[in-house]
Amino acid sequence: MPRVLLIEDDPSVREGVELGLRRRGHEVRAAATGEAGLAAMAEFRPDLLLLDLMLPGMNGVQVCRQVRERSQLPIIMLTARGDDFDVVIGLEAGADDYIVKPARTEVIEARIRAVLRRLDDGGAGRPAIEFYGELAIDRVGLTVTKAGRPLALAPSELKLLLHLAAAPEQVFSRQQLLEHVWEHSYHADARLVDACVARLRGKIEDEAGSPRYVQTLRGFGYRFGPL
Amino acid sequence: MSTGPESGPVLGRARVRAFGLRTRLLLAFLLVAAVSAGTTAALTYREARNALLETAQDTAVTSFREQVQQIGVGLPVQGGEDLEELLRGIARRGKPHPWVVFAEYGSVRASSGENPVSTVITPELRRAARANPHGSFERVVKDGVPYLTIAMPTVFKTGPYSLLPSGLVLYAVMPMTDEQVNVDALLMAARDGALPGLAVALIPGLIAARSVLRPVRELRRAARNMGSGRLDTRIPVRGSDELADLARTFNESAGQLERTVRELREAEERARRFASDVSHELRTPLAGMLAVTEVLDEDADHLDADTARAVRLVSAETGKLAVLVEDLMEISRFDARAAELNTDEIDVAEAIRKTLSNRHWTDDDRVRTQLPDGIRARLDPRRFDIVIANLVGNALRHGGAPVTVRLRTEARSAGTPVLITEVMDSGPGIRTDSLPHIFDRFYKADAARIRSAGSGLGLAITLENVKLHGGTIRAGNLPGAGAVFTLEIPLRAEGAGG
Repeated sequence: MPRVLLIEDDPSVREGVELGLRRRGHEVRAAATGEAGLAAMAEFRPDLLLLDLMLPGMNGVQVCRQVRERSQLPIIMLTARGDDFDVVIGLEAGADDYIVKPARTEVIEARIRAVLRRLDDGGAGRPAIEFYGELAIDRVGLTVTKAGRPLALAPSELKLLLHLAAAPEQVFSRQQLLEHVWEHSYHADARLVDACVARLRGKIEDEAGSPRYVQTLRGFGYRFGPL
Repeated sequence: MSTGPESGPVLGRARVRAFGLRTRLLLAFLLVAAVSAGTTAALTYREARNALLETAQDTAVTSFREQVQQIGVGLPVQGGEDLEELLRGIARRGKPHPWVVFAEYGSVRASSGENPVSTVITPELRRAARANPHGSFERVVKDGVPYLTIAMPTVFKTGPYSLLPSGLVLYAVMPMTDEQVNVDALLMAARDGALPGLAVALIPGLIAARSVLRPVRELRRAARNMGSGRLDTRIPVRGSDELADLARTFNESAGQLERTVRELREAEERARRFASDVSHELRTPLAGMLAVTEVLDEDADHLDADTARAVRLVSAETGKLAVLVEDLMEISRFDARAAELNTDEIDVAEAIRKTLSNRHWTDDDRVRTQLPDGIRARLDPRRFDIVIANLVGNALRHGGAPVTVRLRTEARSAGTPVLITEVMDSGPGIRTDSLPHIFDRFYKADAARIRSAGSGLGLAITLENVKLHGGTIRAGNLPGAGAVFTLEIPLRAEGAGG
């Protein structure tokens, strides 16, 4: 069972979520502030970070950025729709997914599983490493290099790239990507996809303004290539 | 503030404008100017004309009388050359113009001209000549030419104060053409003086109209500004006339209106913020409670019966409370105009199918669909999902299965095609007196039911979501039985984004 670090300032939410997840067999460490959460990270070595955006002192977005500076730990934001902190800001800071509060434990767990799940796109019949331009994608080792240099991709960025690259030049609508990469419902917030694409482009493209690898088809969605 | 079709009012305004304030002011000004100029010209003309004609008349009559008195005529008068020679002599000395002289004595007729008898002399003049020994005259117009005719009976002086008519009457006929020319010139002068005067009167008329109309125009502009929401509009007050009073009154009323509206807005803002704050405050404890409802549900089986029922009740109601609070939050975001539309171009039929399958409404006995493929629209997928789910859920709860969802597009006269989604149920329909309130918040069509499964905000949220898309929604009843909700969203050409 995955180890979950929960950073949430409200005691009742912290206790409720911790209790619910522990009942389902997760190992949970709860922290009340961003500082305490970051301090617990090295010692607890979580598999996933559940992060409230509205925190006293250091806020969730800042925590998110700090974590991303040194690791590609999966991060799920806890947010309330209409909060001052917009979902988009958290996603731009590097979060992989978000959960709207209040949420039942089954919903939270489903999101945790979805983020942690590896894409099983049937590696059979494919070479271990695929080359696209300067990119080398290793589907088995789950690493991506550009011109020989390894790229640090967050889990959602990696999954998105693997999904798009599995069918080069095929157009995927944002709804399709939400369903297949994030396992969200068809009607979820498509800004999740846009934010992740923007982050991915920042890492793999030569110029994020004129992308070669992840291209936009206005009105339809995204596709990988053609190069 | 209406933005509806305005062809009617515009036509009406154009018709009214033809007799608008400016036109009426100008017409009144011109009328006064015309009457005074006309009267002056007419009076001047009459006086001048009379003076002109009388001078000529007097000269002619006096000089004719003198000449007639100077001639001596032997009686009885013989016609012939002598008489005509005499008459020609008088005629040559005509003043101020040459005249034609006629003589009548009994049956003798003679003249200085070619005809012995004048056609201009009237019987009235002949009668007057016999009655008045000092002579008489008459103005005659014949064939458009004015003539002065003078009749002068020759007399014998029988005493210092008594005269005896000799029976010979001399007539002088003088064309007054020169005088007529002068009179005509006078008329022309009067007319030519009056018309430019009238034209000149237009200028002060326009200035006066402008000075009255400018405050009126300012008032109109200010009133329109107020109507379009700029309540801080004020009019500059000039002078101290009635229009200045009007402007002052307008400003005072505008100030009062602005204050009242500000107070109302502040009250509304407070109420709105309160609702939003309450929902926010409720949400945090709910998030904790909702996370542990599962624990309660799982362990209820191991508790004694009463505790288990209590625990299950708490769990179930926590779920409903969470939905209610979320709906309240959503409504207060609409009220605060903070609701955002995140549109995406989607396949509408696919979106509706996903909505139904996410809610497990896939049983054909409950929900049937008529969803033609290939209809793409720019919609907010999350909001469209809420709309469809609310309508179908509502139809299943309050109407009756099977529920039909039908999708189609229709071209409108305005040019933009419209996406039409209909949700029909097989229930008893909506009571007519409930129809106008069906989208109200917490409105319950069935008064007997205290609480329904929904929050009571579902249709209100649906309406707001549709409005956010620029669309409309209406509720009605099918001819047979069952309610129908018709949703219309304009299909825009592909815009920015994506």
